[in-house]
Amino acid sequence: MRLRCAEELLFRALMVLSTIAVLSGLLLIIAVITVKGAGALSLDMITRLPTGGYYLGKEGGLLNAIVGSLLLGLGATACAALLAIPVALYLQHDYAGRRRWANLVRMSLDLLWGIPSIVYGAFGFTIMLYLGLRASLLGGIIALTLVELPIMARAMEEVLRMVSVELREASYSVGATRWETMRAVVVRQALPGLLTAILLAFGRGIGDAASVLFTAGYTDHLPRSLLDPVASLPLAVFFQLGTPFPEVQQRAYAAAFLLLALVLLVSVCSRLLTRRLSRHAVK
Amino acid sequence: MGVSIRQGSRLPGVDAAPAVPPDRRRGELSPQAVGSGRLLRERFSAALITLVSALVGLLTLVVIAALFLRSLPILRQHPLPELVTGTVWKPLAGQFGFWPFILGTLWVTVLAMVIATPVCLLTAVYLAEYARPSTRALVRPLVDVLAGIPSVVYGLFGVLLIVPFLGDDLAPFAQRHWGFLPWLSPGEVSTGYCVLAGGIVLALMVAPVIIAVAEEVLESVPAGAREASLSLGATKWETVKHVSLRLALPGLVASVVLGFARAFGETMAVLMVVGNVAQSPRSLFDPAYPLPALIANNYGEMMSIPLYDSALLLAALMLLTVVLVFNLLAEAVVWARKRAGQ
Repeated sequence: MRLRCAEELLFRALMVLSTIAVLSGLLLIIAVITVKGAGALSLDMITRLPTGGYYLGKEGGLLNAIVGSLLLGLGATACAALLAIPVALYLQHDYAGRRRWANLVRMSLDLLWGIPSIVYGAFGFTIMLYLGLRASLLGGIIALTLVELPIMARAMEEVLRMVSVELREASYSVGATRWETMRAVVVRQALPGLLTAILLAFGRGIGDAASVLFTAGYTDHLPRSLLDPVASLPLAVFFQLGTPFPEVQQRAYAAAFLLLALVLLVSVCSRLLTRRLSRHAVK
Repeated sequence: MGVSIRQGSRLPGVDAAPAVPPDRRRGELSPQAVGSGRLLRERFSAALITLVSALVGLLTLVVIAALFLRSLPILRQHPLPELVTGTVWKPLAGQFGFWPFILGTLWVTVLAMVIATPVCLLTAVYLAEYARPSTRALVRPLVDVLAGIPSVVYGLFGVLLIVPFLGDDLAPFAQRHWGFLPWLSPGEVSTGYCVLAGGIVLALMVAPVIIAVAEEVLESVPAGAREASLSLGATKWETVKHVSLRLALPGLVASVVLGFARAFGETMAVLMVVGNVAQSPRSLFDPAYPLPALIANNYGEMMSIPLYDSALLLAALMLLTVVLVFNLLAEAVVWARKRAGQ
């Protein structure tokens, strides 16, 4: 009897310790990046472009990377949403009459979700060669769209599925077509959740480095067209950390802090938005 | 209505279908409606939705085909077994041996899984079986946050904290005290940029994936099974051990397999801490050079060297193949469960 209790206590302790270990990993990451990064951050970092000699430790800022990341993230999120919404609708029972096809598409999304972003980068680069593009904003957006698409589509599917069957049937019973039901009832009802899915994918997109490494390139200037190369925050962290100068490495910390803050902000915003917007949904 | 980062619900659940009237399915409407263009809109939207979904459904195949076509040139010149087992990587001399890189990937990934699996499964059991709802409501979003942290931030964390710790403290300590253990004593002075650093960072990165899937699986264990065990006088842990874990075993395996696949392809964070020396590591404190790092480091400059670009895309294809196989395995496990449950 005592043995059984001892075993119970032992495993309970191990579980609590494991949970604490995972959580402290998270807190440690946030603490280290905040302490190192916030110290290196200055107004110049977020308002100025790099000047000559920036990578030797002279003055300048990260504006190119900040603007670049936002452009890449917004562009890719918009493209991914355009593809993800139809797919999420298709996976609803209203459309996927034959479940086998829906299951195939769903499985394909799961597989796409698992493909490493470096592979998307390589694939995106192959497409760009085929189209005759160089490293550019457009190339980066293509690669990032592929990274974001499965995340967004699966999240949207979940959200749409939660719209109650009765609500849909009510719409059909007054003579609405599937399209009208989707547009006026299902999508409207699920709007807060759809927005959360979009923000979730946006957060993943701006943080992804491997896919934009050779598709978007890196530059000290702001892009003037879709065909210009563009800098990004994750790559700013990566490249500046690789230089031998401590001043420049400090800036890598600042860039990482900005990136982390941005991602956390997006995640908090999405939670708040969900709460606010869902007041208008029919319960 | 919240969205979780969890990878869709892979488990059988209540999934009621609305009764779409048959005429609506076929796109037939009353004559008045036809005139107003509603029928046209319905048919057009349905066609568009199906088309986009078909394209997305085929995307995996397109990625595989594109990478395969582009790695054909090198496969024509060197047989695959020779490439995989070759140990010399000298692109200028036309020698492409992937073995050190494959080995590097395996070391880092397996190490990460060895660290992550017990901790994550215990955490998942705690969250699913023991934690109070309020604790769960606090911990779960934090785990989701962990999943959203960009990989370069993980990498920088490794460089700032783990690499110095390993290089300055643990490696000298291991050299002094663990010399008799084959894998744990650094051969020469370790810089801290090593397999172990990569493993620790990766373990943190895959933790949210494993925890989320494992927790979901455990929660799907029917309450009745647990109650039966408890009513026979079993302790909570005995119930977990003999009932929950046993029933959830396939799903738990799937969660670990998914974590493995995720770790296998992770690039930037590993690249930043693992040292990138193309050799076969002999201890945890030796540097390694995983496949994704090989692609990331060299892709820009390969254009002038013949077959280099083809070799790197072959590396990407290898990564993709392994990841897909592991994902399909996880998928198959879940399917078998679903089939058995029905």
